[in-house]
Amino acid sequence: MKPFQNQWRKATSAAISTLCFLCALMVILPLALILFQLARLGASSVDWNFLTHLPKPVGETGGGMANAIVGSFVLVALAVLIGVPVGLLGGIYLSEFGSPRLNWAVRLAADILNGTPSIVWGIVVYALVVVPMKGASAYAGGLALGLIMIPLVLRTTEGMLALVPNSYREAALALGIPKWKSVLHIVLRTAGNGIVTGVLLACARVAGETAPLLFTASGNQFWSHSLSEPIASLPRQIYTYAGSPYDDWRRQAWAGALVLILFVLALNAGVRVLTRGSSKTGAK
Amino acid sequence: MMAAAAKAKIVLPPPSKAGDAAFRLLTCGMALMVFVLAALVGWELFQGSKLSLQRFGWSFLIHDWDPGNGNFGALPFICGTFVSSVLGLMIALPLSVATAIYLTELAPAWVRRPVVALVEMLAAIPSVILGLWGIYVLVPWLRDHPYPLLQKLIGWLPVFRGHIYGQCILSAAVIIAIMIVPIITSMAREVFRAVPDSQREAAFALGATRWEVTRLAVFKGSARGMFGAAMLGLGRALGETMAVTMVIGNSTDLSASLFAPGSTLASAIANQFSEAVDDTYRSALFELGLVLLLVTIVTNILAHLLIGAVSAPKDASRV
Repeated sequence: MKPFQNQWRKATSAAISTLCFLCALMVILPLALILFQLARLGASSVDWNFLTHLPKPVGETGGGMANAIVGSFVLVALAVLIGVPVGLLGGIYLSEFGSPRLNWAVRLAADILNGTPSIVWGIVVYALVVVPMKGASAYAGGLALGLIMIPLVLRTTEGMLALVPNSYREAALALGIPKWKSVLHIVLRTAGNGIVTGVLLACARVAGETAPLLFTASGNQFWSHSLSEPIASLPRQIYTYAGSPYDDWRRQAWAGALVLILFVLALNAGVRVLTRGSSKTGAK
Repeated sequence: MMAAAAKAKIVLPPPSKAGDAAFRLLTCGMALMVFVLAALVGWELFQGSKLSLQRFGWSFLIHDWDPGNGNFGALPFICGTFVSSVLGLMIALPLSVATAIYLTELAPAWVRRPVVALVEMLAAIPSVILGLWGIYVLVPWLRDHPYPLLQKLIGWLPVFRGHIYGQCILSAAVIIAIMIVPIITSMAREVFRAVPDSQREAAFALGATRWEVTRLAVFKGSARGMFGAAMLGLGRALGETMAVTMVIGNSTDLSASLFAPGSTLASAIANQFSEAVDDTYRSALFELGLVLLLVTIVTNILAHLLIGAVSAPKDASRV
C-alpha cells in the first residue's frame, strides 16, 4: 500500500473519531442547558414559602405549590400500591414458573404496554374510572400511574431474578423448603437490591408523567381532603403555569420544575448508589 | 435395642403442596394481568370511539378536523405525527449511533462512565420539563437563529417556506429528537457490545484503522439491531405528548411548511379532550387514541422482534 493511502486512512479514522466525540457532546448539551436554565430561573423562587403555601388566586403574586408536591407523593404512593404487587408477582412467575412460550408472550405484551403512549393510559382510565365515578379523583390518577408501572416492574423483576444463581434454588429445594418459601425468602432476597432499583426507577418515571394525569387526577388549587377528589400534582401544575400569561406563574413553573427534577434525579442517584453497593457484594 | 431406635426415628411429613399451588396460581394470575390490561386498553378505546367509528368509518383517516361543523377526521394529526416523528428520528439516529460508537469503540473507560450516566440522566428528564425549556429557551432560539438561516439557504423548498412562528412542527421534531436520543443510544450500545471482541481484534490484526474496525467488524451484522433501535425510538416519538403539545403550536390545519404550527395525534388529545363536551367530539378524540395505539403497537412489535435477536453478553469489563 502506498504511504499516501495509509495517511489518508489514518486521517479518515481520526476525523470520524472526532466527529463521534462531537456528536456525544451534542447529545449531552441539551441536558447541560436544561439543568443550567432550571437552576438559573428556578433556584431564586424555591424557598420556604414556595414549598409550604397553596397557590394564590390569579393576579396575586406569591404562593407556592405545597399541595402539588404532596399530591405528587400521594399519586406515586397509590401507583406503587397498584403497580408493585402486580408487577413483582408477575415477574416472579416468569422467572420461577413460566414456560418459554408463555414468557415470550408475556414479555411481548409487557413491551407493548410499555410502549403505549401515556396519553392513551390517561383516556383509558378516564373511561374506566372517571366516567363511572362522575369526576376526576386521586384514585383515577394513581391508577393511571400504577398501570404504567406494572410492565416496568414486571420486566425488571424478571431480569433481576434471572441473575440469581440456580444453585441457590436447588439448595433450598434440597433442604425440603417449599418452593414458595424459597422464592420469597431466598431468591427474592438475593435479588432485593436490583428489584428495589427497578421500583425506584419506575417511581421516578411516573412521578414526572403529566399526560395520564390531565383528565384523571385533574388539578386542584387547594388541598384535597379525600382521595375521591381531584388532586394537584407537580407536573400538572408546571404544565398549567408554563402555558399561562402571568409572569409570576411562569416563574413558579420554573421553580416547580426545579423541585421535580431534583426529586427525579435524587431517585436516580439513589439507584446508582444501590447498584454500586450490590455490585461490590457480588464481587465478594 | 437397635430395633427400638429405628422405630423412634422421626419421619417428617412431606412439605405441603398447597402453599406452592396457591403461590403459583397467584403469580400466574398477576403475569396474565398484562394480557388483561392490553385487552382492556384496546376495548376501552374501541368502546369510546364507537360513535365516531359508526359515523365516519374509514373516511376518518383521510378527513380534515372540523369540530365547529361536527366533522372529524384524523388526517392533519396523522400527518403531523408522521412528519414530526420521522424528522425527529432522522435528527436523533445519526447522533445516537455516533454517540454509541464513541462510547463502545473509542472512549477511554474514565470518560465512558460519566457520559453513560449523563445520557441516562437526559432520559430521566420529565417530558413536561423538556416542554417548559422548549417553549422558553429552545423555541425562541430556533426561531431567531437556525430557522431564518435554513430559509435563506434552502427556502426554495416548499417545506421551508412561509412565516416562521417558532412553535411549529420542526420545533416538535427537535424536541422529539432530544427525547429519543437516550433510548436509541442505549439500544445501539447494546447492539455494538454484542459484537464479540475477537472480531475487532481480528480486524486490528489485519492493520485496520479504528474507523475501519468499526465499519468492517462492528457495523456488519448490527444492521438488524440498529433498525430495531430506530423502531423503538420511533415508537417513543409517535406517542410523545407533553413536550410536543407545548412546542408544536396546536393548529388543526394541515400545512406544507415545517415552519407552520401543527398537531400530532397525542397532542390533539391532550389539548382538546377537556373542551370536548359533545359526544361525537369526545368519541373522535378516543378514535385518535385508537389510531395512535395501533400505530405504536405495530412499531413496538417490530422493534421487539428485531431486538429480540440481539443478546448482549453480560460482560462486566465494559460499562
